[in-house]
Amino acid sequence: MISLAHYIVLGAVLFCIAVAGLFINRKNVIVLLMSIELMLLAVNMNFVAFSRFLGDVSGQVFVFFILTVAAAEAAVGLAILVLLFRTRNTINIADINSMKG
Amino acid sequence: MNPQTLQIICFYAFSLVAVAAALSVITLKNTVHAVLALVLTFFSAACLWLLLDAEFLALALVVVYVGAVMVLFLFVVMMLDIDLEKMHEGFVKFLPVGVIVAVVMLAEMLGLIGVRAMHARDLGADPAAVAGVSNTAWLGQALYTKFLLPFEVAALVLTVGLVAAVALTLRERRDARYESASQQVKVDPRDRVRIVKMAAARPDEPTAPQEPQP
Repeated sequence: MISLAHYIVLGAVLFCIAVAGLFINRKNVIVLLMSIELMLLAVNMNFVAFSRFLGDVSGQVFVFFILTVAAAEAAVGLAILVLLFRTRNTINIADINSMKG
Repeated sequence: MNPQTLQIICFYAFSLVAVAAALSVITLKNTVHAVLALVLTFFSAACLWLLLDAEFLALALVVVYVGAVMVLFLFVVMMLDIDLEKMHEGFVKFLPVGVIVAVVMLAEMLGLIGVRAMHARDLGADPAAVAGVSNTAWLGQALYTKFLLPFEVAALVLTVGLVAAVALTLRERRDARYESASQQVKVDPRDRVRIVKMAAARPDEPTAPQEPQP
């Protein structure tokens, strides 16, 4: 029988993989964006599992909103990326240091 | 085979694929391959949601994410000319830090969850089926009544995102010639053609003497 733990553990594993991805792909902005998408997926997994477990529709509605915001975020993020590549001719984070952050 | 064993087998198969694909997303050198691995991850996640009887969200994930967002990613990745070798440097340097952070975080999360206590919790019956409707109807009833305002705000967020993406990437090339529609519309005919009123010449009246042509 599938229990709640199965889905929660899967969500935790996916989230940790995404965090590791943020650490080891410091150069490539596209992979960083993909890691963030992966994190959102892990969170969504928890929301859906708890929605089913508690019998509450709010969890699934929230996943719907997360999908919406993630789609908008990806669109704006990729637009900024294209703009960055057009002006600086690189997407390497190490080269994007004009603000000395 | 009873359905519950089948469900368990399906769960482990799909989650194995999801985790393996997620690992290849962050380790693959070629970004196009990484995007394709992410597509596989989303697809497996959608299958796992189907196992939870969340049909609408599973299909929305496939249609919206795999169909739209990931294709956008692929377009951008293929459009940009990236030096893969340079992008991948530092991978080995940061690998230990990433692995340590991820493992520690995972251990903390699992300790916090209390796997054994959670394992005793059965998922229970599908709440939509208990209510006697399909999953989509169940979700829609909540979305269009209780969550109507957030739903409208979500639509606004999508519109603003669309406008922002277009506004950010729109550019006018200096080396190309354009027709400006607004300027064309603004043109006044009087600037182009001058109509001159003059008296008609009468035949009996002597006209001005012609100057001799040189």
